[in-house]
Amino acid sequence: MSAESVFPQLEALLPHVQKPIQYVGGELNSTVKPWESCDVRWSLMYPDAYEVGLPNQGVMILYEVLNEQEGVLAERTYSVWPDLEALMREHGVPQFTVDAHRPVRAFDVLGVSFSTELGYTNLLTALDLAGIPLEAKDRTEEHPLILAGGHAAFNPEPIADFLDCAVVGDGEQAVLEITEIIRAWKNEGRPRGRDELLFRLAKTGSVYVPKFYDVEYLADGRISRVVPNRSGVPWRVSKHTVMDLDEWPYPKQPLVPLAETVHERMSVEIFRGCTRGCRFCQAGMITRPVRERSITGIGDMVDKGLKATGFEEVGLLSLSSADHTEIGDIAKGLADRYEEDKIGLSLPSTRVDAFNIDLANELTRNGRRSGLTFAPEGGSERIRKVINKMVSEEDLIRTVSTAYGNGWRQVKLYFMCGLPTETDEDVLQIGDMAVKVIAEGRKVSGQNDIRCTVSIGGFVPKPHTPFQWAPQLSAEETDARLEKLRDKIRGDKKYGRSIGFRYHDGKPGIVEGLLSRGDRRVGAVIRAVYDDGGRFDGWREHFSYDRWMRAAEKTLPDFGVDVAWYTTREREYEEVLPWDHLDSGLDKDWLWEDWQDALDETEVEDCRWTPCFDCGVCPQMDTEIQIGPTGKKLLPLTVVK
Amino acid sequence: MQRIRLRYTKRGRLRFTSHRDFQRAFERALRRAEVPMAYSAGFTPHPKVSYANAAPTGTGSEAEYLEIQLAEHRDPDKLRELLNESLPDGLDVIDSVQAHTSGLADRLQASVWEIRLDGVEAETAQRAVEAFLAADEVLVERRTKNGMRSFDARAAVARLETSGREGDRPDGKACAILRLVVRHVTPAVRPDDVLSGLRATADLAPPVPAAVTRLAQGLLDEETGAVTDPLAPDRDAATAAPPTAAGLSAAKAPSGTSPSVGEGTA
Repeated sequence: MSAESVFPQLEALLPHVQKPIQYVGGELNSTVKPWESCDVRWSLMYPDAYEVGLPNQGVMILYEVLNEQEGVLAERTYSVWPDLEALMREHGVPQFTVDAHRPVRAFDVLGVSFSTELGYTNLLTALDLAGIPLEAKDRTEEHPLILAGGHAAFNPEPIADFLDCAVVGDGEQAVLEITEIIRAWKNEGRPRGRDELLFRLAKTGSVYVPKFYDVEYLADGRISRVVPNRSGVPWRVSKHTVMDLDEWPYPKQPLVPLAETVHERMSVEIFRGCTRGCRFCQAGMITRPVRERSITGIGDMVDKGLKATGFEEVGLLSLSSADHTEIGDIAKGLADRYEEDKIGLSLPSTRVDAFNIDLANELTRNGRRSGLTFAPEGGSERIRKVINKMVSEEDLIRTVSTAYGNGWRQVKLYFMCGLPTETDEDVLQIGDMAVKVIAEGRKVSGQNDIRCTVSIGGFVPKPHTPFQWAPQLSAEETDARLEKLRDKIRGDKKYGRSIGFRYHDGKPGIVEGLLSRGDRRVGAVIRAVYDDGGRFDGWREHFSYDRWMRAAEKTLPDFGVDVAWYTTREREYEEVLPWDHLDSGLDKDWLWEDWQDALDETEVEDCRWTPCFDCGVCPQMDTEIQIGPTGKKLLPLTVVK
Repeated sequence: MQRIRLRYTKRGRLRFTSHRDFQRAFERALRRAEVPMAYSAGFTPHPKVSYANAAPTGTGSEAEYLEIQLAEHRDPDKLRELLNESLPDGLDVIDSVQAHTSGLADRLQASVWEIRLDGVEAETAQRAVEAFLAADEVLVERRTKNGMRSFDARAAVARLETSGREGDRPDGKACAILRLVVRHVTPAVRPDDVLSGLRATADLAPPVPAAVTRLAQGLLDEETGAVTDPLAPDRDAATAAPPTAAGLSAAKAPSGTSPSVGEGTA
């Protein structure tokens, strides 16, 4: 396969498409290496539009880690919008990388990062445009390895037919190990073909190769077991964990696009993992243990990153940023450093109980004071015990009171609907909470222009969480419950007009639920949806619930199951779950106990400040939590004129 | 407060940069280059940059203009070098002068465009140009924010000619090159509209999209069709006192690739 640039052919199509700049590459800090100077070549894909995919930290990190290696190159590719897809098909232009516009098919590996299951149809579009057979069994040595990563890869079974392999966990070290295995195999003259390469990857115990595992089913449709079909292939595949974040200060040179993207800021991951133990949160479960980046490591990354990008905002990323042991000193140190440069700071995820006004003041010192956002997730104290989101109403009222008293006018609250054991009453209490927030705001500020926006998402049970056994609430019940809440808020004469109410209907959540907890049989649904024109399922204007249901009705009855079987059905302790052979480090018995605790409304503390609860991750991975404080401070940068 | 006027390009694949994209890229380049910008007052201060008359997305340009205000004095040439180190290749600052006059935007009266028509014979293009110029009015349609809109594309055209550089492709395939001088009027008449006009009057239908590049912007000499350098008055004011009459020097051609404008009118 020629690796020649397809840009001349593409260029002729660009005047006819929306936002052509997203396809031309040339971003600041992007890298184009000579093809012949490298013997292992990766294309990295984020299976969504460029504007969403470009800022993705995972892809950016791996792109830089790989390109720093001698003899290795990595280029990026994103989903093309349907307008360009149609033109590419008409003119025979294949899926290309934006860096050197090389055909994706010419690379050794196509690594795809799945943050969400809704990117699955986009994978199929990209494979087809690339001229790569959709199903792994039809691929030959001519084709790249299709490798999945990202959070959704913790249950890759629904796309197992389309993947050659998957990696669970952190990618930084994993991509380098895989690179070495590919290099050795190529240097030896590709002995025994593609199978041998996949076997060598599988043997490591940390790369999942679906074709080396057979899934056996019971008569009632449940899985009886998942068994390796080849000796030397391990029963379970373990996740990768990078222990010392300070040793991996990536991205060092963040990409700066010309096109507008969803996040226009310099992002620094201040820690990875979370042990708060919210039972609905897959990210918090699968990224354990907590590993903090040191305050000085963060300061260094921000300094270099801002110089390399010219961004005017720094995002301090993590699953719960105010939980960093030295967050106060980090925020103050950065705000001091960049006061004159008007660099704003943001903490995208802040817990109500970890928030304090000094921190908020530091964050807004150099920039805009927009609204504050918190996520109590559940409306009633009872349901918050079920989900182990230990935020009391007093915490929330105290926090918003301070915020309104310090000049904020707008608070946004996130909730979920459809949580296990939830009743109408739990959801209706969201309205009571919003009323209390407004009342408190009016009282402390002495003004009436106080706003509170309530934003509600449908809960989708996820693999590797205590709720992996839980029944999902049907779309109809979700919609009915949310309508009752809407009517209650609208009917409040005194406060209703100060409360904004945003929610989505329950239908997309059912499709997400099908894909999240699906097994290999769900692959047929994905394929049928793709064949029927399904694309960009994360976008409301492209998503079609009816198309998904049509595809499911066409394919699933052959297996004796249906959408409800995958979504609203409660699982029992004994059931073999489709992802049990992928080891997130969590002990399945601990997850089950935590599920039982949830049903009993029993809370579990955070192991950062209480003894270990034996979730299993640390001993399994031979690791432990890595947190500060280091006691260090950020010093002002010396200005050299 | 020092004001500096810059002329910049949109070349190669970066011609697909929209004006909004350029603004963000430019303001980030100012930060990376640590240019001591003046900021607007208010709750969300913005660096003071005025953009003038940006070329449409997808067309190349050798002659875009903007003006920045600095909080501290800087040498315009040093500033140009610093910015070029920070901007991606293709978005290049090619001229930089300190502002000594007002009304840069008012001096951008007309544009000179080069339109390459791959796959079109020079004679075909020439006939179409003659038909277009012979018409008193050429109505064309364009989709705007308010739906389809019909307007005259002829009156704004000061000059339109085939440049006689056709056949410069190494593979010997036909390629006609048009040179267009168009007045900046409202509604704006863009090269696209003139191409629509050529299609309407003479059925000119290029097989591939035209490659369009703005070569110059400035004051228009109606007699000769020459478009003059809009930064010349600032340069003159800086070097000579009293300032000379608004510059009549020929438009500055980019890096020697384009012939001077307004000569050899058809």
